[in-house]
Order: sequence, then C-alpha cells, then structure tokens
Amino acid sequence: MSEPSVTSSARLERRHALGTLLKARGDALVVAGLGSPVWDLAALDHRAENFYVWGGMGGTVAIGLGLAIAQPDRPVWVVTGDGEMLMGVGSLASVAMQQPSNLSILCFDNEHYVETGGQRSHTGSGVDLSAMAAGAGLKDAVTVTDDEGLTALAGTLANGVAYGAASGPIFATVKVTSDSPPRVQPPRDGAFLKTRFRQAVLGNRAALHPS
Amino acid sequence: MSEAWSEGAHAAFKAHGVRQVGYVPDGGLKTLIRLCEADNDIRTVPATTEEEAVALCAGAWLGGQKAAVLMQSSGVGNTINMLASLIVTCRFPIFAIVTMRGDFGETNPWQMPMGQNVAPILENLGVRVFKVTNDEDAVETINAGLAMAFSADEPVAVLIGQRLIGAKAFTSEIAEESEDV
Repeated sequence: MSEPSVTSSARLERRHALGTLLKARGDALVVAGLGSPVWDLAALDHRAENFYVWGGMGGTVAIGLGLAIAQPDRPVWVVTGDGEMLMGVGSLASVAMQQPSNLSILCFDNEHYVETGGQRSHTGSGVDLSAMAAGAGLKDAVTVTDDEGLTALAGTLANGVAYGAASGPIFATVKVTSDSPPRVQPPRDGAFLKTRFRQAVLGNRAALHPS
Repeated sequence: MSEAWSEGAHAAFKAHGVRQVGYVPDGGLKTLIRLCEADNDIRTVPATTEEEAVALCAGAWLGGQKAAVLMQSSGVGNTINMLASLIVTCRFPIFAIVTMRGDFGETNPWQMPMGQNVAPILENLGVRVFKVTNDEDAVETINAGLAMAFSADEPVAVLIGQRLIGAKAFTSEIAEESEDV
C-alpha cells in the first residue's frame, strides 16, 4: 500500500540515486523527461534504448504509456522530475486506468525548477506526488528519501525486469537534492533519437520500413 | 447523426493496423469510440487532456504500434505544444480525427473562437489538415490520411465538420434572471 506523506528532510544525490536504480535496468526501455533526467540518463547509461525528451513538457509519462502498451514484454521506465510530473499529473490517472504491468514511473523530486533558475515547485510546499499517484490508482506508489529505500526500490525494479515486469505499474518519488551535477548532453536531433530507438527495439527492417 | 463515417473510420483503423486509440470524448465521436472499445485488436486509452493522447501516439510508435487520436475541436487547443515540440520536431507520424464545434450551425458562442481557429493553428504547426463534410469524403480522407501519416511520417488531422455530425441542440429549461441585476 502507499506510504503516508513523507515529511523527512532526507535527500539523495540525484545521480547516485539514478545510478543505483539503473543497476536493475536489464533490458528496460527508458524515456527521460526534459531537464535533469535527460542529463542524468545520458551521463550514467547512454544507449539507443533511451528516448530523451528535450521538449513537450508534461508528456513523458504518456509517451511511456504508449510504449509500454506497444511493448508489453519489455520493462519500460519513465524517468522524470517534479516539475514535469506536476504539468502532466492527469496522465497518472490514464496510466492507472490501463494498469500496464511493465511500466515504472520514477520521479526525481528536487522541489525546484532547476533548469529555469531554481524556482520553488509545489512539492516543496507539501504537494505529495506519490499520494496523488496512489489516489489515481497506482496503489504501490512509494517515496524514497534514503539509501535503504533506494535499495528496496531497485529490488522491486529488478524483480519487474526478471519476471516480465508483472509487478507494475510502479510509481516512485525519489527525493533528491537540487544540486546540478555537470550537464551531459545526449543528441538533440529528435528524429535521430526516434529512429535509433526504433532500430534498437524493432530491428532495422520494421523500424525503417513500417508497413 | 450519421454513423456511416464512424463505421468507415473504424474499418480504416483495422485496415491500416491501428492498435491504440487515445481520446477525450465528444458527442460526435460516440459511435467511433464505441466501435473501438468493442474491438479486441484496438486498445482504447481515455486521456484526461488531449495532449496526453498525442504523446501516447509517440510512445506507441517508438514501440512499433500505430496509434490514433480522437478529440473535439476545443481539445486541439490543449495539444499545441505537444504537437509542435514533440511530434513535429521528431517527425513522429500522427493521425487525429477532430470532431468540430464552433462550426456550421453552432449555437454556443463559447465554441466559436477555438472552432474557427482549429485549421489555421494546425496548419501553422505543419499538420496536414483535411476537412470533410459528408460520409463518403470522410471515409476516403481518413484512409488517405492514415496512409500519409504512417507511410510518410506526416502529422495528419481530419476535421469532421458540423455539416456532417450536426450542430448540438440546446433545448432545456431556461434559468430565471433576477430583476435586481
């Protein structure tokens, strides 16, 4: 069941946190939302099966939903931040309605809009994204604030990877500091990223000659 | 209300292998939504806002499935940045059916400004827009639009005019106005 609202001030370093979770990635497909999630994923595990969303704020969870439905036998991870999750919060209701067991949504919550100058976001004033996800119907939504929680979440994700992702959908808020580690940019050509992702997932023939 | 275009649209989805349909409901889409929901080969995905349905299509395509969007004309206003930033930038194919309000015979003034701006806004974004006003043209255009979208990686919208789906009638009781106002 969902955890109650977390009031702990504990925070994780964002790249350490994502790096720990990525050890459980296996062959999971990852969609990363604009800003820090893109830089973090590019820094830690840059590969063709990453779709980096450089724009379209609010859409990353819905992209992950369409992908998870299309690829039911592969784990799909959405890595996003609190600002983007707030903008697309309705998509949690749409995910809950579909209950894709292979979809995991990992929201790195630093309570700030770091890309635009560090303005406070709603989550710093008590808005609890895991509670909203649980309210939408993602019943196992958790909030992680320390290494113990991180290890437990990595274990849950690893189980999903190992057993056909049958345990989802998963929603996790990972509370992180608002530091900005050195930015690492993946390619920004969206058509290239799309086609390369499709080649990696579908093979060249299906990716390049869709019928 | 004509159901022929809805049946033709559903048949076109089948013929072109559309596997996901994201939508926000509209009265004009009632029959098509029902046909898609009853079809085991099509996953219907209700969205809370139309931009979600647009983003869903991008994700479906990344995973090798064709998806379509169904929405009312007012919903087009909610999709602008997702169409521009995600779909157009990445050259994702997208196929949308837009049932019009604020169009031929509209009696609700709140629908007019968005309805009249649907085509110019979509065209400004680079979406190929085709408006249809009869059943035969609708089915032919939907088939052509699906081919364009998924074979040429084009963003395509077919606007179903109110001349075809009919203007919504408002025939209820009227609230009494206070004489003091």
